[in-house]
Amino acid sequence: MIAFLIKRLMHAILVMFIISVLAFAIQDNLGDPVQQMVGQSVPESEREALRERLGLNDPFLVQYGRFALNAVQGDFGTSYFYREPALDVIARHLPATLELVFASMLIIVLFSVPIGVYSAIKPRAMLSRFFMGVSIVGISVPVFLTAIILIQIFSIGITITLFPESTGWGSWLNDFFSTEGNMPSFGRGYDLVQVFGHWETNLATWNGLQHLVLPSIALASIMLPLFIRLIRAEMMEVMQSDYVKYARAKGISMRRVYFVHALKNTMLPVITVGGVQIGTMVAYAILTETVFQWPGMGLMFLDAINRADTPLIVSYLMIVGVIFVVTNTIVDLVYGLVNPTVKLTGKPA
Amino acid sequence: MTTPTVTQSNSQTTRPRIPSRWERLRDSYLWYSFKRDHTAQLCLAIFIGLVIVAFASPLLAPTDPYDLRQIDIMASELPPFWIEGADERFILGTDAQGRDLLSIILYGTRVSLLIGFGAVILQALLGITFGLMAGYLGGRVDALLMRLADIQLSFSTLMVAIVVGAVVKATMGGAFYSEYAIIMLILIIGLAEWPQYARTVRASVLAEKNKEYVDAARVMGLRSKRIMFRHVLPNTLSPIFVISTVQIANAIISEAALSFLGLGMPETHPSLGSLIKSGFDYIQSGSWWITLIPGAVLVILVLSINLLGDWLRDVMNPRLYKG
Repeated sequence: MIAFLIKRLMHAILVMFIISVLAFAIQDNLGDPVQQMVGQSVPESEREALRERLGLNDPFLVQYGRFALNAVQGDFGTSYFYREPALDVIARHLPATLELVFASMLIIVLFSVPIGVYSAIKPRAMLSRFFMGVSIVGISVPVFLTAIILIQIFSIGITITLFPESTGWGSWLNDFFSTEGNMPSFGRGYDLVQVFGHWETNLATWNGLQHLVLPSIALASIMLPLFIRLIRAEMMEVMQSDYVKYARAKGISMRRVYFVHALKNTMLPVITVGGVQIGTMVAYAILTETVFQWPGMGLMFLDAINRADTPLIVSYLMIVGVIFVVTNTIVDLVYGLVNPTVKLTGKPA
Repeated sequence: MTTPTVTQSNSQTTRPRIPSRWERLRDSYLWYSFKRDHTAQLCLAIFIGLVIVAFASPLLAPTDPYDLRQIDIMASELPPFWIEGADERFILGTDAQGRDLLSIILYGTRVSLLIGFGAVILQALLGITFGLMAGYLGGRVDALLMRLADIQLSFSTLMVAIVVGAVVKATMGGAFYSEYAIIMLILIIGLAEWPQYARTVRASVLAEKNKEYVDAARVMGLRSKRIMFRHVLPNTLSPIFVISTVQIANAIISEAALSFLGLGMPETHPSLGSLIKSGFDYIQSGSWWITLIPGAVLVILVLSINLLGDWLRDVMNPRLYKG
């Protein structure tokens, strides 16, 4: 266990080193921060002085050394745009993204497990086929398009006049399919509650929760079908195994076989894939945040790109790198713990 | 189709006739299953139809959306034909710049498909080469390449593509990036997704390389390169075939995502993704068609490819690498 931990730790450090070099190489080549910071009328001599003061004229290795030393101490430089430490800017935007990802994960777990298990137990039932059909459509709709469709339906509203208005059932159907569109689709709302430090939460008030609904559904829409299909496939494979057949032959109730015996082994691959998908969630969060103007890290990153705010870009990459490396390491450890057939010291399967 | 008849007329023992490729296809399980699966037929028809229509867009489109002289700003944001206030010249309405939506969608589909195919070809070239090397040569090469693939995959391909796209755009400047956007997107998506191919190929190479025919080739003194590409590769083709369909769909979605973030095709030469992006600015004013009609085309395209991929996987049923 200790050996495995150390091995994983070395791996994580190596990956972080590579990321930091890449991130720094970006910083060195990206735009001219001085041009972004000062106005048109500032003379060249003052610009040069500013460059010197920011240390932009030093050689690459010196700059990297300074950068790495500061980064280890939690100092990622000062954002050119916000004029405050980049880490503070990120810390202010991080809770919004975390809450969004958390809400989506909640939706994914709550829906994927029952639907996946059901469609594995009854693969031929109408409902299972419906779920599988919907899930392949869900995979094919990009997350930003789902978000736009949600905005159109629930925020702007649609009026259906497809059915003849004169007949009673026609107008009823028209009303049934039309939506009012009063869900908020912009930002986090006004009613945020400060928990501690930078952490303002959407989860405490009705208005905050309302603002969270559409973005989290949009973000969940891309992963949910994937998990349903994965759980279904694994569950169907497990149902064929000898120990499940034996449990059934022993006369254990089907419910117990499904949910205690089979589901346990189904969750193994779900954990690994789930860990990897957290990274994908961060990427899709950028798209979701763009559509809903959700003031999280993703939107901040895109703004930083457009403003050539290099310290902020670099610290975003580093923080995201840390998130990825930490989740992957945790997933490996958890997988080793819940699956006793994996020898932690050897090569994990 | 040529039928190589190898019957020797003057000899008594006639060798069995080798079936032509066409005959082999006709007798294969693939064709049998295709004939019975109406979903697969429909999807293939839609996909081929879209490809033909998209690549023939200069001939089919009512107007040339790249030609500024044909654009009338007064005719902007006109609705499609089934809504009141539509103009009969523009069947699907117009976008915010007054471009005919049907024409621009046709051209946009062509751009999306071009990038999708280009990126998948690049991925396949890189991934197959690296996968073969990792699987067949083993040892250090394997460890290095797979570690690289693991690290890259742990960051999710879309994330890599977004970061690379953003950095390249910021370094080279927006104007330069827009001009070479198609090539840039092919490179970015191709480089971001090669590990998928490499892992799949490596997995099937590992299964193949201990078989007798590989040993025989090695004993004959063939070079590794020849054994890898001429002997092992043909036997790993079916999983490659299956993931290629899924990868085309993924590449098209990735391209759309990058374009939606403003890191892809410029609005003057839009792909489906940049059409959705430019239409999104007008959705609050009620012009939903500018964003949702290209969106529908994108979904139909990707859905038909995904369903074909599903069918192919069921037919060929290779043990694909999970994840």
